[in-house]
Amino acid sequence: MTIALPARPLKRRAHGWLITAICIAVIALMLLPLVMSTLASLRPLAETSATPPSYLPSSLSLENYRKVAEYQQGIWVYVKNSAVVAGMAIVICLALSVPAGFALARFPVPGKEVLFLIILASMMVPYQALLVPMFLMFSKLGLTASPLGLAILHAVLQLPFSVYLMRNSFEAIPKELEEAARVDGASTAFQLRRVFMPLAMPGMVTVALFAFIASWNEFIGALILMNTESAFTVPIMLTGVVSGDFGAVDWGALQASVIVSILPCLAVYLALQKYYVSGLLAGAVK
Amino acid sequence: MKIKRNGWVGLAWLSPTLLFVSVFVLWPMVHLVWLSFTSTSLLGGGEWVGFKNYTTAFNDPKFWAAFRFTLLYTVILTPILMGLGFALALLVSPNTPLRRVTRTVTFLPVVIGLASSSLLWFWLFDQQVGLFNRLLVDLNILSQPLVWFRKVDTAMIAVIISVTWKVVGFGMILIMAGIQSIPSDLFEAARIDGASLWLRVRRIILPLALRSILMATVLSVIGSMLAFDQFYLMTGGGPRGKTFTSVYWIYQNSFVRFDLGYGAALSVILMLVIMAMTALQLTLQSRGKA
Repeated sequence: MTIALPARPLKRRAHGWLITAICIAVIALMLLPLVMSTLASLRPLAETSATPPSYLPSSLSLENYRKVAEYQQGIWVYVKNSAVVAGMAIVICLALSVPAGFALARFPVPGKEVLFLIILASMMVPYQALLVPMFLMFSKLGLTASPLGLAILHAVLQLPFSVYLMRNSFEAIPKELEEAARVDGASTAFQLRRVFMPLAMPGMVTVALFAFIASWNEFIGALILMNTESAFTVPIMLTGVVSGDFGAVDWGALQASVIVSILPCLAVYLALQKYYVSGLLAGAVK
Repeated sequence: MKIKRNGWVGLAWLSPTLLFVSVFVLWPMVHLVWLSFTSTSLLGGGEWVGFKNYTTAFNDPKFWAAFRFTLLYTVILTPILMGLGFALALLVSPNTPLRRVTRTVTFLPVVIGLASSSLLWFWLFDQQVGLFNRLLVDLNILSQPLVWFRKVDTAMIAVIISVTWKVVGFGMILIMAGIQSIPSDLFEAARIDGASLWLRVRRIILPLALRSILMATVLSVIGSMLAFDQFYLMTGGGPRGKTFTSVYWIYQNSFVRFDLGYGAALSVILMLVIMAMTALQLTLQSRGKA
């Protein structure tokens, strides 16, 4: 919806220029750190530790990226770990929240609202407080340093939101469509797959998108659970780059790996921006 | 035709989620409370010690220092985030192309990881190679590059600058949604009356977007109270352990000193504080609805 924040006609021109100037200043301020970091990551190796630092690289080079490709186990190992964990977290979130949302939206489940509240209530518990018992449980189950273990933790974070969103998505589907499927005598599972899921696709994309971003970026759980180097996700690998091999920070490697860690999130967000913002508002303004 | 579905079939569809929540949320909560009454160590062993961990916590000056530091961080950061978030929301609410771009760009850092942004700023703040330091010197704001993380005050300022950049777009989007849901005829009427921007903000926007602002505030406060990544990566708790936050202190005791029992007691305290805040948030939400 558009609101014209109205200016008085006489002042309108000056007002318009002022707004334009402020917008451009905000854009520049917000982009500056990202642009500086990207440019710094493209410096030749010799310039990465120069004091004082130069704003612009003297020439562009991929040396820092080549270096992080071989850093510790090679950055692609950690990118792959992060991607596997995020993929599993997405699968767990969808596999649980789609049937759960369907049941909550369309079945007279006994004790429905209480059960729904219990699922949502897990959002009230900060997962940071549950890391001690979870670490002990995962140690027993052999789920530390395992992508599945971390994916389960990330699914715990996203599940209440996912169930809430899927319930709303299924509730929004008109009853008439469902009745037509029922007349055909289709089984419940068939109805879910062929009638409900295609119509609830935007909700499912939103669930997957949030699971991806949350999992890709999550830090303290990965720090605690992924306790061997070969299992590190990208954020944990970053801590290794800062502490460095001999205590000195390798700035070029740091900038390149920070950019590698940021790019997938920016790409996914820019591609699916609508889903992200509507999901965010649905989650916060229930 | 009215559809009758079998509730028990529905329960079967719901059961995997219920099982998952029971195993990975409810059971750990119970286990956490139990652990907090034991002297369990990460190295194994441990016995029932009653309330000892809790009395230790209440007499532990470092725990209180970490709690106070987290509160201070929250008290300083929240007004900055909400003030800027509100101003930005005012700026980007109308759907003109430039304002949309401003909205998207301001929101970009929200989707990147806190670890990534913390390390990005860790570099920018570095006294030798950091461009932010160089920029401040070139603009004559600083006479020479500052070692930001050597003192508590400047470390706090540095973390707050970086976090503000990272999350200001979050509050902006929530408050913007509140502003956009205000009926446009109210603005029309205000325009005809020739009301100034200040008057429109005070009389129309603030009261009608209040619920969104409160919501953004509570979510932001909860996020700040759980701060960990930014301090772990930028200050490492230093200088001299003065920038430990509550979560950092729990991590330190549980996974660095291996004292899981004590860590569990601290976690229970944190959990109660956060749950009280979430309860406040839910109350605000349901009041707003009525």
